[in-house]
Amino acid sequence: MMAELGLCALWLAAALAGLQLLAGGLSLGAKGSDLAGIIRPVAIVQGLLALAAFGALVLLFVNTDLSVKLVADNSHSAKPLIYKIAGTWGNHEGSMLLWVTVMGLAGACVAVLEHRLPQRTLNATLAAQAFISLGFYAFLLFASNPFARLVPAPEEGNGLNPLLQDPGLAFHPPTLYLGYVGLSVAFSFAVGALVTREVGPAFARAMRPWVLGAWIFLTLGITAGSYWAYYVLGWGGWWFWDPVENASLMPWLAATALLHSASVLAARDALRTWTVMLGVVAFSMSMIGTFLVRSGILTSVHAFAVDPTRGAFILALLAVNIGAALAIFALRAGSVAEGERFAVTSREGALVFNNVMLTSILGIVLLGTLYPLVTEALGEKVSVGPPYFTPTSAIFALPMLLVLVVGPLLRWRRDRLARVRGLLALPALASAAGLVAALVLGVPAGLPLVGLALAPGLAVASLLPLKGRNLAHAPLPLWGMVAAHLGIAISLFGMACDSAFSQETLIAAREGESARVGPWTVRLATVGPIAGPNWTALEARLEAHRADGPVHTLTPQSRSFWAPAQTTPVSALLTRADGQLYTVLGDEVRDDKGAPTGRWQLRLWWKPFVPAIWLGGLLVALGGVLALLGRVAADIRRRRVEEKIAFRRNHPKGEQ
Amino acid sequence: MKAKHQRLVLLSVALVALIGAGLLAIWALRNQASYFYVPADIRAHPPAEGKAVRLGGMVQRGSMHNEADGVTVDFIVGDGKASVPVRFSGIRPALFVEGSGVVAEGHLGADGIFHADNLLAKHDEKYVPREMKNMTADEARKAVAETR
Repeated sequence: MMAELGLCALWLAAALAGLQLLAGGLSLGAKGSDLAGIIRPVAIVQGLLALAAFGALVLLFVNTDLSVKLVADNSHSAKPLIYKIAGTWGNHEGSMLLWVTVMGLAGACVAVLEHRLPQRTLNATLAAQAFISLGFYAFLLFASNPFARLVPAPEEGNGLNPLLQDPGLAFHPPTLYLGYVGLSVAFSFAVGALVTREVGPAFARAMRPWVLGAWIFLTLGITAGSYWAYYVLGWGGWWFWDPVENASLMPWLAATALLHSASVLAARDALRTWTVMLGVVAFSMSMIGTFLVRSGILTSVHAFAVDPTRGAFILALLAVNIGAALAIFALRAGSVAEGERFAVTSREGALVFNNVMLTSILGIVLLGTLYPLVTEALGEKVSVGPPYFTPTSAIFALPMLLVLVVGPLLRWRRDRLARVRGLLALPALASAAGLVAALVLGVPAGLPLVGLALAPGLAVASLLPLKGRNLAHAPLPLWGMVAAHLGIAISLFGMACDSAFSQETLIAAREGESARVGPWTVRLATVGPIAGPNWTALEARLEAHRADGPVHTLTPQSRSFWAPAQTTPVSALLTRADGQLYTVLGDEVRDDKGAPTGRWQLRLWWKPFVPAIWLGGLLVALGGVLALLGRVAADIRRRRVEEKIAFRRNHPKGEQ
Repeated sequence: MKAKHQRLVLLSVALVALIGAGLLAIWALRNQASYFYVPADIRAHPPAEGKAVRLGGMVQRGSMHNEADGVTVDFIVGDGKASVPVRFSGIRPALFVEGSGVVAEGHLGADGIFHADNLLAKHDEKYVPREMKNMTADEARKAVAETR
């Protein structure tokens, strides 16, 4: 029953999206349309219906209703509740339903909250949003119905991939989806502004909070995903340039560029067409990411189903959406008047540089991600990894970070470098200190050395915009910028430290034996069995201590799940102020006849300051939150003032 | 800037940077992409020493040998036509056994041994590395023929 209700809600939501598109389209005609009034309410109800459909699927998973094919394929009655819920989006159909739900809710939020834009522009925006949604509804209903029944119902479900049975999974995909799909709002705004020829500061101010919101979620999603990969895979790395990671990085790069160019457009009325273009590109990257991940053409733990029809369907959606947006862009870009001019040495100039570098990195990541697909079509199998991505993206990232030191100090419109030269002494000093310290510690020439030199300077420079200001009265968006730039510096420091100072030990130890890694001595105390709700494991007790320091206990496991039957290592981490001790338990060593020898494989890492990578990421997201709060508060204040003025005008004195 | 068409200048600067990035990417991809080899390929056209490549095939039965250090394993990957000795130090994936399919990421050393930094073994049907979809133990030869 629940499945049928969910399907029903999904069909209704799709029908309303059609109505929303129709009404929005008609309202743009010369005479307008009587239907224009229903656009807002329809958008709201459409979002709620999509949410209802998603709620129905969550309930089916919670109750483990095995007569539903999706549940039988991906769940198991013995799973803990949190993984039953998370299992809803741990598969292809469920994750696509989550996608349209977020998209519908985003449209509903625009309909409820957005009051600054001209009515026509808003109608066009909601119509564009409905257009994209409609494609994804069709994809769900015709090519990946999550509510399909299975007759007869099996006795037990197939279970969930053990790698995905992790608390991180419960939050990582929804967070990322909020970011991906939030960018659809920026896309719709860009299309709406182009169609109604309203590309200007008002459009940028209206779009900015939505971009900020999406960008915050993307930042959090990428940070969480990176940490998840770091401790779940047990490989000790935090970024693998896996296509799926790239699929989340590309929209982030585009959104970061968009955020900065929207600031220029809002403050200075420059970079008009560029901002609109970035709005289209950012969501296009979200869709390309979805195509890469969901079509199954890539090897990944995220690639749920290898089904060519689905891949073709998403590819068609991608072509239609991006093609339509680019066509509108081509038709209207010429009619967008050139914005205000500015000198090269100015805040705008620095932001343009940042934008060009970000888009270049985006291009490099995109080409590297698509290259294996192209060569495979030509009959050659290749994979592209860190040896390509790291140096080529660094070529563009480093100049960008250098300009990041200066940019926030420059004035809008026109400035002289001589004016800020005095201020730059501090970051230069910090960088020199970082460089000397790294050289003393014996870091060889290379990217880690550059990172260790750059990070302190960048950190100091990020605080300089606060200099000479009354901190209590500094606007929130300024604090946001400072926090985000400082976060980049801290993250960079963590990355450089991980590359420069990580130490690894790989041994086979008997119970009672010790190994050294970095400053730590790690003793394998015991190895014993342990049982969980749907797994059994071998658990090692490791006792780690530094010089005369206290003894810490770590318990890495080698965990065997029953459904599906799979073994996966579960690493154990010890976090200290100056780094992380990372331990993985492998197999018991067997001799050539297959008899156990009582020696256990252990892989140990000491990673100085590695948590800075994710702390920096969180700080970047916090910066976004501060900026968003500041912008929203300013909007509310402005609206209050406008209301007051309107009230006074309508009610002259004495009439009250 | 006095230029009358600042938009044009900005556009050309952006285009130059993007085209530069594209050319750099293509150049780097030709040098840095890691190619997929089966043993017969790697024997016929050995990659440059130390260049990162991937080797796919079946772990030959009876070829797996544990070194005394307990963490290094030597084995032979074959495709029915040729075979390559492989050495790997680290924690092995759970389904890495003799007779199963494997993709080894690493490089060919001067000693003729393939030094693997990472092993991808066949997981269950849903999450199998794509290169090994068809590599069940029984279908090894057929699978290798398909990968070529």
